[in-house]
Amino acid sequence: MDFLIFKAPMLMVQASLDGILLGILFALIAYGMALQWGVMNIINIAQGDLVILGGYIAYTMYLAGIHPAWGVIVSPIIMFFVGWALYKLVINKVVDRDLFISILATFGIAIVFQQLMNFIFGADVVVAQSEYGTTMLFDNSVTLPNSKIFSAVISVLYAIALVIYMKKSRLGRAIRATAQNARAAKILGVDTEKVYAATFGINAALCGIAGALISITLTLHPYVGLPYTVRSFMIVIVAGLGNLPAVAVSGMGLGLFEEFADYILGTEFRIGAVFMLLVFILVYRRFKLSKKREYLK
Amino acid sequence: MNAIKQKDLILYSGLIILGLAAPYLFSAFKVQLTYLCVLIVLAMTWNLQGGEMGYNTFGNILFYGLGMYLTASVQVGMFFPLAEWTESGGEKTFVHTTAQYFQGIGVGLLVSAIIPAIIAGAIGYAILGLRGHYFAICTLGLGIAAGEIAGGIEIIGAGQGFTTPPFPAEIVDTEARGKFFYFLSFALLIGTFVFVKYIYGSRFRLILNAIRDNEDKAEAMGIQTMKYKIVGWMVSAFFCGLAGGIMGGLIGYIDSTDVAFDGREMGVFMVLMAILGGKGTLWGPVIGATLFHFFKEGLWTLILGWQYVALGVLIVVIVIYFPEGLMGWLREKYPEKFGEVIDEKDRKAQVELK
Repeated sequence: MDFLIFKAPMLMVQASLDGILLGILFALIAYGMALQWGVMNIINIAQGDLVILGGYIAYTMYLAGIHPAWGVIVSPIIMFFVGWALYKLVINKVVDRDLFISILATFGIAIVFQQLMNFIFGADVVVAQSEYGTTMLFDNSVTLPNSKIFSAVISVLYAIALVIYMKKSRLGRAIRATAQNARAAKILGVDTEKVYAATFGINAALCGIAGALISITLTLHPYVGLPYTVRSFMIVIVAGLGNLPAVAVSGMGLGLFEEFADYILGTEFRIGAVFMLLVFILVYRRFKLSKKREYLK
Repeated sequence: MNAIKQKDLILYSGLIILGLAAPYLFSAFKVQLTYLCVLIVLAMTWNLQGGEMGYNTFGNILFYGLGMYLTASVQVGMFFPLAEWTESGGEKTFVHTTAQYFQGIGVGLLVSAIIPAIIAGAIGYAILGLRGHYFAICTLGLGIAAGEIAGGIEIIGAGQGFTTPPFPAEIVDTEARGKFFYFLSFALLIGTFVFVKYIYGSRFRLILNAIRDNEDKAEAMGIQTMKYKIVGWMVSAFFCGLAGGIMGGLIGYIDSTDVAFDGREMGVFMVLMAILGGKGTLWGPVIGATLFHFFKEGLWTLILGWQYVALGVLIVVIVIYFPEGLMGWLREKYPEKFGEVIDEKDRKAQVELK
């Protein structure tokens, strides 16, 4: 093996730390995906584009002279209403229907979002400077941007807050009840329509947080949404719906995989590797289930 | 029975004559007509999966892009070193003679039909075991992964693209290039249509429909569903590869994600066209593709810059409000035209029951 990463063990440490910090961010997006999939039974292809839109909100604040880290508070609030509006306009018509309808309809939404973001923010790759500096570890051989640590901490905090909210609050209980059995919940007086709208709004808000964090740790571009959708889809099918620890672990696993693929295959194959991993995971699960004469449902 | 046959005969011969005369009648629109033929082929082959078999694929773009790269690579590689051609400006140093050009494109198209079909057969067992939305997402991933990977491979031009051999300069007739590609695509269209029509009249289609309606039951009835699913996918791959090869020659330039594995345009177009016309019908994709192409060409220039927004809105509207498509709507309105006999008494009884 003639790869640089195997010659320098410090690079491994670097890649692992990067991967884990990045993976926590992916897990946050995937949690939103799992939420809407579990509650409303839709697959949202526009998930990644909601993330990027949230990122652009933070970037706009940065351009206006406000520190982009405030985006993690402002962006989810705006995105909640974007999600709510999106639900009222389109998503409520696909909730009870075939999953493929939701895939195609959200694909259409994704295209609209991409193009509108392209008009408004331009087609350049942008990044919001947080100016948090970097932390050096192990005699300066591992560099860790503080913004990545910041983003991981914020993601964990928000995830914990959301779990507590889902457990304790009235709306959280209504959401969980609707996920278990929408009809029974309706009979018992839950306004499922409102629950659905709130779920989609919360999902969009989670995307907004993740986007704001991405705007300071990674880069933004109108057309890079789809990989985030695929990453979150992948994490959800590995971890299952509504299993937050598993979502976190598989998110970190995906982050690690990506960082190592980056070093071993080269950066130009990074996105390709993510999509191939999706295919491999699905095919692997298909063969595993077909031994029991079952299939992925 | 005879009368229907006669009507069909008139319709088909009329369409063929129209198709043959089109490049002379609308001489300025030859490229658009070629596009139309290719779009119809793509919609019809998608319909075999999404409409007849119930496997909504986003992955047929994989075979389309593969066909494009294969045709161009064979056309160049047969006579010149491929790596030097794609490095930079190879089309200026190496020039195909007329004979070489046509030999190359002939062999290239052959290869681009067979290899995608073989690949479809090879990956079919793994991929087609997935069902429903898992299949849809998996094929979406395949198509995009192919584009990303092709964008990193040096010998086919990597990110900077691949210029396909220019049409031989020895042919002075300026119309010749357009006519050549039009008739090539028209021949492909006829071939595809005849083949799909043959499938529609065969047991194969009934099996595909059985798989769509209830795969477990079909299996329980003793149908080896996997075998038929793979064959269905190979048929699609065969024609998609050919369509891609022709498009590569027509466009003259292959980019990994914007032209070949163009999931954002072609990959969505083929799904949309089939749904617009009505999936699961023979004529639906043809009508859908034609309508879509006219709509696209008519509006694209009027709403310059906003075309993707319009496309996205169009997808949402079609999918939500017309999931059965034009043919499905007509079928609901005039069931007797589709050979469906409705028992009036039975229908009334049903209404009363409700």
